[in-house]
Amino acid sequence: MSRVPVPCHVKGTVTLQVGDVRTSQGRPGVLVIDVTFPSVSPFELQEITFKNYYTAFLSIRVRQHASTHSPAKWVTCLRDYCLMPDPHSEEGAQEYVSLFKHQMLCDMTRVLELRLILRQPSPLWLSFTVEELQIYQQGPKSPSMTFPKWLSHPVPCEQPIPLLEGLPDPSRVSSEVQQMWALTEMIRASNTSTRIGRFDVDGCYDLNLLSYT
Amino acid sequence: MLQEESDLSLIIAQIVQKLKGSNLYAQLERQAWASLQRPEIKLESLKEDIKEFFKVSGWEKKLQNAVYSELNVYPLPSHPAAPPEHLKEPLVYMRKAQGSWEKRILKSLNSMCTELSIPLARKRPVGEQKELLNKWNEMGTDEPDLSLFRPVYAPKDFLEVLINLRNPNYENGDSLSFRTHLGLIQVPLKVKDIPELKECFAELGLNTGQLGIDDSTQVPPELFENEHVRIGQKVLAEQDSAAAQQYIRQGSPTALRAELWALILNISSQPEDILYYEQLKMNVIQHDLLVDSLIYKDVKLTASNDDYYFVFEDYLYQVLLCFSRDTSVLGHFAYNSASPPKSYIRGKLGLEEYAVFYPPNGVIPFHGFSMYVAPLCFLYHEPYKLYQIFREMYVRFFFRLHSISSHPSGIVSLCLLFETLLQTYLPQLFYHLREIGAQPLRISFKWMVRAFSGYLATDQLLLLWDRILGYNSLEILAVLAAAVFAFRAVNLMEVTSLAAAEAVLADLSTLKVMPLLQIFLFATVT
Repeated sequence: MSRVPVPCHVKGTVTLQVGDVRTSQGRPGVLVIDVTFPSVSPFELQEITFKNYYTAFLSIRVRQHASTHSPAKWVTCLRDYCLMPDPHSEEGAQEYVSLFKHQMLCDMTRVLELRLILRQPSPLWLSFTVEELQIYQQGPKSPSMTFPKWLSHPVPCEQPIPLLEGLPDPSRVSSEVQQMWALTEMIRASNTSTRIGRFDVDGCYDLNLLSYT
Repeated sequence: MLQEESDLSLIIAQIVQKLKGSNLYAQLERQAWASLQRPEIKLESLKEDIKEFFKVSGWEKKLQNAVYSELNVYPLPSHPAAPPEHLKEPLVYMRKAQGSWEKRILKSLNSMCTELSIPLARKRPVGEQKELLNKWNEMGTDEPDLSLFRPVYAPKDFLEVLINLRNPNYENGDSLSFRTHLGLIQVPLKVKDIPELKECFAELGLNTGQLGIDDSTQVPPELFENEHVRIGQKVLAEQDSAAAQQYIRQGSPTALRAELWALILNISSQPEDILYYEQLKMNVIQHDLLVDSLIYKDVKLTASNDDYYFVFEDYLYQVLLCFSRDTSVLGHFAYNSASPPKSYIRGKLGLEEYAVFYPPNGVIPFHGFSMYVAPLCFLYHEPYKLYQIFREMYVRFFFRLHSISSHPSGIVSLCLLFETLLQTYLPQLFYHLREIGAQPLRISFKWMVRAFSGYLATDQLLLLWDRILGYNSLEILAVLAAAVFAFRAVNLMEVTSLAAAEAVLADLSTLKVMPLLQIFLFATVT
């Protein structure tokens, strides 16, 4: 499934908190990230990838281009997707995640804007976010090739020559030989990932000190 | 569903790629070509007939075992955007900590090199090579002067590094709050609690027969032991790795253990393997490494002083010296958070064509390293077989005990699991030990780093290692450590210093491992 990255503008994160951010004791547990696509017309979203950084739950809202008369509305396409099974521990905290079109609650055609709502209920972490956010749309379908006429419209085969007694059917033999040839080609074309086994360079293993980089 | 299918195809593609370079692939190919002679292989149904032939002749089982082995050892393919470091270790701060620890080790090795004016590696003159070849089976009689060498690090140095491990994004306040860990490990990794461990180690339950408990002299063998041995022989006849792994969770009969472990680790000694070992032996003869002296020193200090293992001293040299030259071990660094040390050929500093790994297998031994090999000497007597088993055990399990990672079987998780179990189920003992300045991990760390080798009696140790293989996890080491503390809790409550606590737990050689584990997991009233 080919995909094409869509250039997007990720706005700064906005924390949502009850009360005054400066005076309250606790840390914000909800962040909102807006993603706009300034230079692209409404597209069909295929995939979202990102690297998690201590976000426990993710919700995504999407604003789609509706028909000309009604204004574009926000719709929730992903609700409370769990990134960290235990918000207090490190499991899943720095994982790479992909979200696909078929996991969304609504169809993702004509996307105008995305809003990612990140939640981290645990007070143990100093900050949380998602990094390396990338949005992908469907890539172009494989280019259609024009076949030469004789390939797409094969000539009807002539009456086969009557078989000589005791010999196998030539078309069957040729198809099986073809299969064997294909198998041998596959074997030859495969490459392995084994090492050679030598640790020295041309028989010499006279070393400097160990290097730190 | 779509995602699962594509994940599965990715896993299959990865395993096929790995197996293509193996001996098994070449053997299967040869067998397939040879089978064309057989009358039952017909041209029109070539693929199905060859598949049928493989099934009948046992080659399909060998392939199944190889695939099962790959699934056990290699982590699942990660996200396409994830860089290779992410597969080694997903948490950035742990990667950094491992990097700085490695740098310290390299500095220590380099300074030893310059202080003693001994090169890291040198080619042996022909006379010395001949001498070593003659003495190969009795290297223990050699008494080189090792007084100037010191081990690169000991487990307690490594413990200090783990104690200082901090997640920069974690609330590490100075004041004690609900967030502070009361033990030594301060990173919030996910560890199992007893209900989860009970589920995980279900076969160790009270209603299931165990070797180590139900084969004692008071229990008539008809109740469990005879049947268990019979099943074991059947498993070996079938040559099925997965069945062997399941079987060994209840322990392995002594007579079958060597073969069972080889089956689970998917080790079959082909002529190529014997040749490979001989090649490694030649490498040892030709080049002398500084690391060799460290190995000598370690063996002399640990295994040679042990009542059970001193007889195997020569074997240990033969295995460990060859291990250092084995470049196939470098493959495990793909999923190990550690990285092999690098160096350059003299005079070619910085030129990538002259970059090499040192030692060739990338593993620098520490104080006690030879104890990983010593118990295996009871099972295997041919050096090449012993070598293969040790190498596979190392790249599956032992490497996790001395590198910093967030893996559930990594030493950091094991330490946290131990401390959490003790704190949750023996809170009075934990509090008391903490108050007298005897943090329990300071005593149990050395047990876990060595997988209890050298601390338990050998038959008990082998029963423990049976379960490590059966469950493909090292978590049982942490559970056993907590169970030992639980067993000696009464005495420990009366001590008033770290030294006294150490004295109570100094001698584990009389302990019976399986009853301790069973009681701690399944019979402790909480």
